[in-house]
Amino acid sequence: MSSRDLILGRVRRATADIRDDDTPYERAVDRSYLREHGERTPAQTVALLAENLADYRAVVHRCAADALPATLAGLLAARGSGTVVVPEGLDGAWLAESEVTRVADRATGTAHELDAVDSVVTACAVAVAETGTIVLDASPDQGRRRITLVPDHHICVVRVPGQVVSSVPQALERLDPARPLTWISGPSATSDIELDRVEGVHGPRTLEVVLVDDASQGVPPSSGEHVARLA
Amino acid sequence: MSGTFVGMPAFPVAAQEAVHDSTLRGNLRHATHTIRAKREKAVAEVSDWAALREAGKQIKDHTLRHLDRYLVQLEEAVTAAGGVVHWAADADEANRIVTALVRMTGETEVVKVKSMATQEIGLNEALEAAGIHAYETDLAELIVQLGKDRPSHILVPAIHRNRGEIRDIFAREMGEWGRPAPEGLTDTPAELAEAARLHLREKFLRAKVGISGANFMVAETGTLVVVESEGNGRMCLTLPETLISVVGIEKIVPSWRDLEVFLQTLPRSSTAERMNPYTSMWTGTKDGRAGEDDGPGTFHLVLLDNGRTDTLADEVGRQALRCIRCSACLNVCPVYERAGGHAYGSVYPGPIGAILSPQLRGTGSEIDASLPYASSLCGACYEVCPVAIDIPEVLVHLRERIAEGGPATRDGNRVLLKPAKGHAAERAAMRAARWAFSHPGALRGGQRLASRTRRFHPRTLPGPGRAWSATRDLPEVPAESFRDWWQRTRGGKDVTK
Repeated sequence: MSSRDLILGRVRRATADIRDDDTPYERAVDRSYLREHGERTPAQTVALLAENLADYRAVVHRCAADALPATLAGLLAARGSGTVVVPEGLDGAWLAESEVTRVADRATGTAHELDAVDSVVTACAVAVAETGTIVLDASPDQGRRRITLVPDHHICVVRVPGQVVSSVPQALERLDPARPLTWISGPSATSDIELDRVEGVHGPRTLEVVLVDDASQGVPPSSGEHVARLA
Repeated sequence: MSGTFVGMPAFPVAAQEAVHDSTLRGNLRHATHTIRAKREKAVAEVSDWAALREAGKQIKDHTLRHLDRYLVQLEEAVTAAGGVVHWAADADEANRIVTALVRMTGETEVVKVKSMATQEIGLNEALEAAGIHAYETDLAELIVQLGKDRPSHILVPAIHRNRGEIRDIFAREMGEWGRPAPEGLTDTPAELAEAARLHLREKFLRAKVGISGANFMVAETGTLVVVESEGNGRMCLTLPETLISVVGIEKIVPSWRDLEVFLQTLPRSSTAERMNPYTSMWTGTKDGRAGEDDGPGTFHLVLLDNGRTDTLADEVGRQALRCIRCSACLNVCPVYERAGGHAYGSVYPGPIGAILSPQLRGTGSEIDASLPYASSLCGACYEVCPVAIDIPEVLVHLRERIAEGGPATRDGNRVLLKPAKGHAAERAAMRAARWAFSHPGALRGGQRLASRTRRFHPRTLPGPGRAWSATRDLPEVPAESFRDWWQRTRGGKDVTK
């Protein structure tokens, strides 16, 4: 007998005492838990995202759409980055004002080549306000998973309020499980030494999130505004 | 189970050593109290915690009820997405499968994501025996591996080590395994983390094979989920060409939507965060997804039984399979806090280990027969459990099985267990008590005798009672038994008589 048949047979014998229950799965579980916690306006949801991102040591910036190229150029310059990885589908205008050398996200590139790059700029798929999480789904404007992992500095652009949801349940609804997904809540961190939280182990040690207003007409420019950062 | 733990003494012996180690107790006390306070805050933030906990319990119970159906569905989904599914009935088979898969790649080293399942089967040792070096990449697992130590906590395997000890291990051992620790390494957590980053990065960048477990597997989509903090998981899951995931069959959830429950309860229960820094979800291989070129081209999923179906066969004990390995029960347990994880002699320490290990491994060994007694039954573990496992209920159930014997399932077969040897004295004492209580004359005579000889009573019991009295004060025998006192005074109304 194959181990497959052996294990499935054991499972069936082990559960033989349980009476048949043909309730369809949609009704088998009581899902009276909340779809989101608390009521917020879209603006408040974005503010909560910024607050929770910062609480886990991401550096949060907000700007109007037309100020994004200047904001990104400023962040890369402030970091002193010489090279930046760019996913192939990233809006070319975003980095139009930056002098930094661009490295394409190529399938043939090695991990060692990537390790030599200073920064990476990507978009995201969705952001979760209640948990301070951004989710990447490897779409063309986000690139392969490794480009946001190996370089030490990740700048992620979130279009607000369009890409922001309140909660984890709302985020899962928007995501496609067939795509590779990476949920990011702050920079790489560990609590393995006496449960002291230390930022930066293997992933990027600096995560900067730019919340760009995607309905920015008429909104006063607040380019590069620094929302919050915990030391 | 893991060879690392073979020959471990029973819990009381191991615990007695541990409670006299003041460094260990200090490290543990600091760590468990820190995380306990943080967890309470994180849980209080979500007003529907009770509903989430109940939903988590129901999802897991439903899955276990129909586990055969969901395993087959998962297999189909993973295969359709370009993965290869293997079935392993026990640890040996799982180790053989993984060793053969690594050999097929021609590689002699692999990078590993922290995984309880591979710890449980002793995969690193099996690979080493086959000439394959497995590098643990989680910081705590690295500390344990470099220190030639054993993990003592589910989430923070090096919780028993303080920063000074970790510094010494890094300075002494890193050079043996690869890039040495920097000169003049101090014991600040930031510097230690930096040393680990540099040491491991060279391994990540050249690794061709990654080995992981998974926190969840979604039956309907074939998606695997790994929840982590450091990014070592992401490295191992995305950079290598071949990914091998060894996962217990109980880790399935039926639907994509089910993740909405566990992604809210797991981080808050384990690291006391709203969300852990990184969660990776992948479905099959890069070639299984049209038009994409991201991550490993080969993906193997090894579905592990290793005692899980035996546990499933136990009506009371099967709820242990709901466990999502958050470790909240360890951090609130007064016994764990004092005895430490090593005393449990298993990769699963603490309250959950006390019910999971004797079920996965059977109660044949001394350590496994002692584990259900490694508890004060205070119930704190049940209170914090995000999937509402009634650990005290299972502990009592297992105690009964050990003391009285009875039916159980081992390797898929129904067996009748004999009462465990060490409990003969307990059973004899209970039989004697039953006889005495049903013979009033004998009871009265015995009590009188006990009262009159009380000056000569020892402070500890001889023979088989010694273990019991070594950790407890014997009750003082009164000068006069209650029955005599009552007869003399009628309840104190007539003291003159």
